[in-house]
Amino acid sequence: MPDPAALYHTVRLIRRFEQRAIELVHSGEIVGGIHPYLGQEAIAAGVCAALRPQDQITSTHRGHGHVLAKGADPARTMAELAGRATGLNRGRGGSMHAADFAVGILGANAIVGAAAPIATGAAWAAARTGADRVVATFFGDGAVNQGVLLETLNLAALWRLPVLFVCENNGYATSTRTEAAVAGTIAGRATAFGIPAATVDGMDPEAVLAAATTAVAAAREGLGPSLIECVTYRFDAHHTWEHAARPRYRGEDELARGRSRDPVAIQGARVPAARREAIDAQIEQVLDDAVRFALESPHPDPAGAARYLYADGSHTRAGAL
Amino acid sequence: MANLSYLKALNRAIADEMARDPAVCVLGEDVGVAVTNVTAGLLKRFGPDRVLDTPISEQAFTGFATGAALAGMRPLIEFQIPALLYLAFEQIADQAHKFSLMTGGQAKVPVTYLVPSSGSRPGWAGQHSDHPYSLFAHVGVKTVVPATPEDAYGLLVSALREDDPVVVFAPAGAVGVRADVDLAALGPIPLGLGRIHRTGTDVTVVAIGQHVHDALAVAEELAEEISVEVFDPRTLHPFDWTGLGASLDRTGRLVVIDDSNRSCGIGAEILATAAEQLRLTAPPRRVTRPDGTVLPFARALDLALQPNREQLRTAIRAAAKSTWEA
Repeated sequence: MPDPAALYHTVRLIRRFEQRAIELVHSGEIVGGIHPYLGQEAIAAGVCAALRPQDQITSTHRGHGHVLAKGADPARTMAELAGRATGLNRGRGGSMHAADFAVGILGANAIVGAAAPIATGAAWAAARTGADRVVATFFGDGAVNQGVLLETLNLAALWRLPVLFVCENNGYATSTRTEAAVAGTIAGRATAFGIPAATVDGMDPEAVLAAATTAVAAAREGLGPSLIECVTYRFDAHHTWEHAARPRYRGEDELARGRSRDPVAIQGARVPAARREAIDAQIEQVLDDAVRFALESPHPDPAGAARYLYADGSHTRAGAL
Repeated sequence: MANLSYLKALNRAIADEMARDPAVCVLGEDVGVAVTNVTAGLLKRFGPDRVLDTPISEQAFTGFATGAALAGMRPLIEFQIPALLYLAFEQIADQAHKFSLMTGGQAKVPVTYLVPSSGSRPGWAGQHSDHPYSLFAHVGVKTVVPATPEDAYGLLVSALREDDPVVVFAPAGAVGVRADVDLAALGPIPLGLGRIHRTGTDVTVVAIGQHVHDALAVAEELAEEISVEVFDPRTLHPFDWTGLGASLDRTGRLVVIDDSNRSCGIGAEILATAAEQLRLTAPPRRVTRPDGTVLPFARALDLALQPNREQLRTAIRAAAKSTWEA
């Protein structure tokens, strides 16, 4: 049985983390902007609640929710967004590349669809040693038209690998409507390869959890990959760049309709008010601490800008002599 | 002594590393039956769990190798055709290569990409004849171009032991080379270390891949006239600038023969670095493919666009005679 309060905690944490991060974008503390996960919190929360600590994920450019739901420290995540030395990636990755291998996050990935084969290869490596590990790979509706994703569905099905393909269909690939970009269906792409697919309400954390639990169980039993299409709605911008540029591709009516089903409210209604308030207060404290930690952390030393380029620690020539 | 072919050296290097390290595995198209001969016998010896025939899905299986490497494996991918690297360029240059830095040192991606016949093969035409090593050196992926069987063995062993991605280009023009070698003496050769195949005092010829053999032949022809030193960098990134510098300290004159397109090829970088930092007593020269080459099918046309011995002879003579003032 799902723990309603635990799921509520996750969606609320992501919601408030993103709102705090947007504030830091506007104040200039986070440079380059972010792709806010607002509205899609149920998916990260539901999928990661179906995973165990030894399981792994790959994430996307819109990745903060996945990273937090899989267990990354909010303070070090915020510090990474702010480009600080204490960040998850020591300030080398930023919003689109947050990774924490210690908790099974093989990285957010900024190329649409590119993480799917990485997740699948990691799943293969684990499976061949008998490790009890499932790898979930998140991607958006835009990725279902990337060749590499379709190639990967084929490989994962062919080799019956323990991968969970999670499509977050938020209706738009940046500004292009899913209907304008996807021939056929998203679930149909999976079933074409013999991969079981389910389309679920991506605004309801418990619906996502239920579907993910079934898929993860099948993967653990050696039945191979599954795909879950989570139908969702992005409440905010594709990227915070839109806050200033205000491109018009979604009308006010549509936005109001889309925002009317809020995953935080849906899950919050399943938790007694007193418990909810306690969780909210605890999250505010965590995020106050996270923002303070991020902003008080040192910037990385420019002398080490090329550090970590090679795993063997070797260096390349400087750009000026 | 045994007479070792270049392809057998590659095969032996993979087999030896697979026997030594259970994390080494092989992925690629038709690797089971070993259409290139490089993976001959591996499926039978190590089984389908470590020698995986893939669908024709270069992007997926190259990304897959990155994931497997992140999870502790050391995959080798065979690309039958050099142009397949273009299909997988994102997965190599933008994913595998960047994981270490982007994750702040959390991740390593030990994958070896092997092209067992790179460059022109007679009759293979435009889309099978590129030799794109400069592209990977430019990006910063470790890039190896062995010229001889013993170097092919030693550099491939080292590539498989590297914790970073490495592309190994076996030149089509060199894979037919055989050498008498002491098999017991074969061993890893460190990346980033060049090799002087022939010592000389007048001109240093930097020759890459199959052109090492052209340079040695031309040096022998010119021996009465010009003393040519033949320097094979073997690894293009990292490059053995120290070794080249030492050679130029002796000769002061430089000719590069490089099977890249002229603009932005590794030959351009070698000349630029020599001009900036090393000892040159005369203008350096290079023999390359023309800018933006697409190799045509007909043999005479194909050969007309590849660097050749006549061009190299001319360049060596010109370098030997000229000075900066002339």
